[in-house]
Amino acid sequence: MSAVIELDGLSVRFGRRTILRTLRGQLNGRAIGLLGPNGAGKTTLVHTLLGFHAAAEGTARIFGHDVRTETRAIRALIGYMPENDAFIGGMTAVRLVRLMAELSGLPPREALERAHEALFYVGLGEARYRRVETYSLGMKQMVKLALAIVHGPRLLFLDEPTNGLDPPHRRRMLQLIREIKEDGGVHVMLSSHLLRDVEEVCDEVLILRNGEIATYCDLEAERQANRKFIEVETVGDNVVFAEQIGQMGCEYALLGPHKLKLVLPEGIEVRHLYQIAADRAVQIRRLDYRRDSLQDIFLRAMEVGHGGL
Amino acid sequence: MAVYERTYRRYDGALTPERRRVLAFPRYAIDEVFRSKLFLALCVVFLLWPLAIACILYLPHNLGFLKLFQTDSATMSAIFGFDAKFFYNWLMKPQTAMAFVLTFVVGPALVTADLRNNGLALYFSRPLSRTEYVVGKASILVLLLSAVTWVPGLAVFGFQVYLEGTDWLRANWRAGLGIVLGMWIWILLLCLVSIALSAYVKWKPVARLSMILVFIVAAGLASVMNLQFRTDWASVINLGDMVHVIVASLFGVPPSIAVPPWAAWTSVLLTCGACVWLLARKLRPYEVVS
Repeated sequence: MSAVIELDGLSVRFGRRTILRTLRGQLNGRAIGLLGPNGAGKTTLVHTLLGFHAAAEGTARIFGHDVRTETRAIRALIGYMPENDAFIGGMTAVRLVRLMAELSGLPPREALERAHEALFYVGLGEARYRRVETYSLGMKQMVKLALAIVHGPRLLFLDEPTNGLDPPHRRRMLQLIREIKEDGGVHVMLSSHLLRDVEEVCDEVLILRNGEIATYCDLEAERQANRKFIEVETVGDNVVFAEQIGQMGCEYALLGPHKLKLVLPEGIEVRHLYQIAADRAVQIRRLDYRRDSLQDIFLRAMEVGHGGL
Repeated sequence: MAVYERTYRRYDGALTPERRRVLAFPRYAIDEVFRSKLFLALCVVFLLWPLAIACILYLPHNLGFLKLFQTDSATMSAIFGFDAKFFYNWLMKPQTAMAFVLTFVVGPALVTADLRNNGLALYFSRPLSRTEYVVGKASILVLLLSAVTWVPGLAVFGFQVYLEGTDWLRANWRAGLGIVLGMWIWILLLCLVSIALSAYVKWKPVARLSMILVFIVAAGLASVMNLQFRTDWASVINLGDMVHVIVASLFGVPPSIAVPPWAAWTSVLLTCGACVWLLARKLRPYEVVS
C-alpha cells in the first residue's frame, strides 16, 4: 500500500531563495502534524503538495500520485483548509459550499445535500443562508472546514485551523478534526505552530526548520518510550537525594533546586524513591509520570541539527 | 453525514464528468446576474433593437404600408437598401456597443469577488485547472452576450432571407457570416480583456474604470493622435475600431478607417496575448514574492 505522503528529495525555490531543501521520507500516520517556526516552510510544503508551487527538484507523492504530473488526481482526493480568509464575496455559505462541491465533481443535487450536511456538521446550520463575509472569524474558519470536507476527501490539509479562535471554538475545531480523522477514515495533515493543537490531534509529527526536516517522530511511540520518565518536586537537599538515586542506577537530571527528572531502570520502583527520600529527610511534594512533551521534542529539534525519517 | 446524525461520512456516490464541471460557473453566475434589475432592464432594451430592425425589414412586405406610400415591395427594399452594409451599420455596430455595456456591468464582477477574498485557493485546490477556470468564467459572458447579440442578429438575418428569398442570400451571405464571426471575435476580446483587467486590479470599481481606459479613453487618444498626425494608424490602439475593421472585412463592406485588416488582426491578437499573459501571472492561488 502506498504511503499517504512520500517526499522524494523535494526542493522548492522562489527565485533565488530555497524554501524547501531536499525533503525525504514517508508519512503514513492517520494524522500528521506539520510543525515549525514561522518561515520554516510549512505552508510552502502544503502548497507544493497541492500543486500550487512547482518543485524545483525531486518530487512528492500523495497516495502514490506524483505531485508533478498527477495534480488533478491528487486534488480529487484532498480537501484543503487555507490559513487565511478564503471565500467568495456575495455568496451565502450554503451556495459557496455547494458550488465547491460541484466543482469537485458532485452532481448538483448531492452537492446541495452535502453542503447542508457539512454546514450543520461544523455548527453553522442556523447561519448557512447568511453571506460568508458577514461571519465572525470563528465562523469563517468553520466554513473553510466545511468547504474542505464537503466532497468527502481522503486527505485533509488543514493550515492553522485554530487561528484566531477563542478557546471554546478552538476546542470545537479540534474535536471536529479528531472526529473526521477517527470516524470518517480521513487522513489529516495539520500545519500549525501551536504545539498543543498538534499534540491533541496528531499521531505523527514532522518538524521543519529552515526548509529542512528537523525531526520526524511518531508521537505514539514517543509516548510509549517515555512512560518511565518521572518528574519529582522535592523540599530538602535535592542534590544528595539525586546522588543517592543515581547510585541506584537511575538516570537523572536536576531541573532546579527543588526539581529533578529521572528514568527508573528495571527493578527500581517508586517506593524506593520514597524510601531514599525518607532516609535523607527529603520531602517528595509531587511526583508525576511524564513523557517528553511535544514542546520538549520541538525545542530539541530546534537545537539539534538534522532529523530525517 | 445526515443532518440529524451530525457525524462525518465520506462521499462515495457518483461523480460528474470532469469536462462538465465548469458548467457550474455559468449556472451560478447567470442566476446571480439576473437578480440585478439593471442587468435585466439592459437585456430587455438590447433585445428590443433587433426586434425593431426586424420590424423595419418587414415594412416593405406589409401591404398596408405599401398601400400607404402607393409603391411596391421591390421599390421600398431598394429605397431602404437592405444589404450587408445595412446589417453592418444598423445591426452590428449598435450591438457591439451593447455588448460592451453588458460586459462593463457583468465582467468585472466575475473574477474580482474570487480574488479579493483569496477564493482562488478554494477553486484550485479542487480538480480544476486555471484554463478551465477562465473558460468557465468567460462562458458566463459568452452566453449572456450571445443571447443579446449574434443569436438575435442571426435570427433577424434569417428573417430577411425568409422575406427576400435565396437571391438576396446569395448576394449578402457575408452579412450572416459577419454577424456570427464578427460578434464572436468581439465577445471573446471583451471576455479576455475584462477578466484580465479584473484579475490585475482585483477591485470591481477599478476594474470598470480600467475597462473605460482601455476601450474609451484609448479610443479618444487614438482620435486625437489621428487628427494631430493626419493618419488613421493611431486607431490600432482603439480596440473597438480594430474589431470594426475586421468585421467590415467579414461583411465585405469598406471600413470607415484606413487601417488594413491585417493590422487590425495584429492589434487584437496582441491584446489577447497580453491578456493571456496577465491571466497566467495573476490567476494563482497564492502570489509568490521571489
